[in-house]
Amino acid sequence: MAEAINNEAARHTSLEATSFYKAQCRVALRNCGVIDPESIDEYIAMDGYAALGKALTEMTPEQVIQEVIDSGLRGRGGGGFPTGKKWSFTAANKADQKYVVCNADEGDPGAFMDRSVLEGDPHCIIEAMELCGYATGATEGYVYVRAEYPIAVKRLTKAIEDAKAYGLLGKDIFGTGFNFDLHIRLGAGAFVCGEETALMTSIEGNRGEPRPRPPYPAVKGLFAKPTTENNVETFANVPQIILRGASFFNSMGTERSKGTKVFALGGKINNTGLVEVPMGTTLRQIVEDVGGGVPNGKKFKAAQTGGPSGGCIPASMIDIEIDYDNLVSQGAMMGSGGLIVMDEDTCMVDIAKFFLNFTVDESCGKCTPCRVGTRRLYEILEKITSGNGTLEDLDRMEELCKYIKDNSLCGLGQTAPNPVLSTYTRFKDEYIAHVVEKRCPAGVCKALMRITIDPDKCRGCTACARVCPVGAISGTVKQPHEIDQTKCIKCGACMEKCRFGAISKK
Amino acid sequence: MVKKISEVAFRDTPEQAARFEKVIAENKHDKSRLMAVMQEAQDIYGYLPSEIQIRIAEGMDVPAEKVYGVATFYAQFALSPKGKYAISVCLGTACYVKGSQQVLDKICETLGIEPGSCTADAKFSLDACRCVGACGLAPVMMINDEVYGRLSPDDVEGILAKYE
Repeated sequence: MAEAINNEAARHTSLEATSFYKAQCRVALRNCGVIDPESIDEYIAMDGYAALGKALTEMTPEQVIQEVIDSGLRGRGGGGFPTGKKWSFTAANKADQKYVVCNADEGDPGAFMDRSVLEGDPHCIIEAMELCGYATGATEGYVYVRAEYPIAVKRLTKAIEDAKAYGLLGKDIFGTGFNFDLHIRLGAGAFVCGEETALMTSIEGNRGEPRPRPPYPAVKGLFAKPTTENNVETFANVPQIILRGASFFNSMGTERSKGTKVFALGGKINNTGLVEVPMGTTLRQIVEDVGGGVPNGKKFKAAQTGGPSGGCIPASMIDIEIDYDNLVSQGAMMGSGGLIVMDEDTCMVDIAKFFLNFTVDESCGKCTPCRVGTRRLYEILEKITSGNGTLEDLDRMEELCKYIKDNSLCGLGQTAPNPVLSTYTRFKDEYIAHVVEKRCPAGVCKALMRITIDPDKCRGCTACARVCPVGAISGTVKQPHEIDQTKCIKCGACMEKCRFGAISKK
Repeated sequence: MVKKISEVAFRDTPEQAARFEKVIAENKHDKSRLMAVMQEAQDIYGYLPSEIQIRIAEGMDVPAEKVYGVATFYAQFALSPKGKYAISVCLGTACYVKGSQQVLDKICETLGIEPGSCTADAKFSLDACRCVGACGLAPVMMINDEVYGRLSPDDVEGILAKYE
């Protein structure tokens, strides 16, 4: 009987008790998947717009800003600038018009937390932007959403209409005389528009090229007016901070990084998806407990954070407590929270080349170090992965990285060399293997790959020779076959065909 | 990124022209809405032929050079028409790590075209795209609005066959 009850209990384990959820703590994602995102009533039932009511009726703008400063909230878009401080800069500037901008141009490959918040809890972004508007003296806001997120746009549009119908957005909100209007603008597929000044240039209807700073957006931002710009996830934390107080938020996290962070867990990992954990959670907890480890019994090699601006944390650093400063000290960065897990089959030079290819494509072309520098850097990586690299190339690569970092106009160029520098620092032996031994240890770089037939295992069935598209395999029936490396295009068709496991690549 | 400019002659229907004029009329008071107008024009025509870019410039009272500048800056704007079925394969990090390049290679091989181009019968066009935000399903591709996830190169022929 006791056993039966125990079994019963085991079957009814709550979601929170599963290893995927146990380490998680949902603040920014608290309503996602819980409420109907198209129902303003459900949002209100979860204390929605209560923070706005509290701020407008009980708090001064200065108190709102102080609460956000005290909470220790830092920008979740990548840089980690203290949010409250940013608000205070805009508040300090006098102008006839100020703006609030929400950056929902989530472009880092592998990150989708902003999408999830916009699609799952659009009202919380509206509420947070109104709070920011009240605190900084802005009466108009823009949400810049990437066009690849049509559902987010649809739900946000409906949320804005509903909030206006309820008198929670528009004129004289809560009868306090506070006015706030909100617009949506769609991006059109330019990664650089995630950079704050480029984003504002794009909202104005131009090519989304970044502007030199100073003047900072707090002084001269959108339409040349003082502007506060925050990322979606940053905003998603704000209503809870105002409603529950700064101490609710700053009781979580590490000394200099408070609260929680959403990571988009992806790559070679069993449980993919969004996970929200307190700052300071170790990488091991995220990968092994929440993520359920690496599939197919492969070994964890590294985690890439921060997308094309970030870097890799190698397996030896798996016990690192993840927060802004720890990641930066390891040559990686928080970025918007993409966390891509890599196993032993991933070539680190290839990954660096992949990210560089991305930045070469996405560089807006305004400044030379980024436009030309990233392309030259890509060419060096191309040379290395095709087996033509030299040790001098590695030195030139390092020098070029430093030059691009120091001289680029905006964050895109300044961080573009990070994936190269970080993989080069952590996995120098792999670069050396490509250059000196002309070998790709992970077996990814095609030009360096060799497909060979083990003569002891080959039965001479000729299946491989018949499937080879370029006729690179020769041999007589019932005799071991051989691959002509000069003809082989490394397509792997022979490997799939061989029934005796005689063909391998290395 | 260099964009291919279409050599196909531009033609529009009276319905398209009427929708287009309406978009211009609704937005011409605000020059900052240029991108929104271009997005709607692309919705109507499927791409932005130079004739339409010039009409947008006139309607919004901005230089044609600016419209062209914006059209070439953003990846979303197409200067040549799409195939009936537009395939985009995600090369975002998560998809790439899980082998989307091989999926893309297989599609190129099957259709005999390169990314950024269209089959001769205008049936399929192929593009490699940035993260579509479905990393949990990696590797992912989209054909028009249909999403295909957890792909392997072996799935390609079967999926394309559905569009024959």
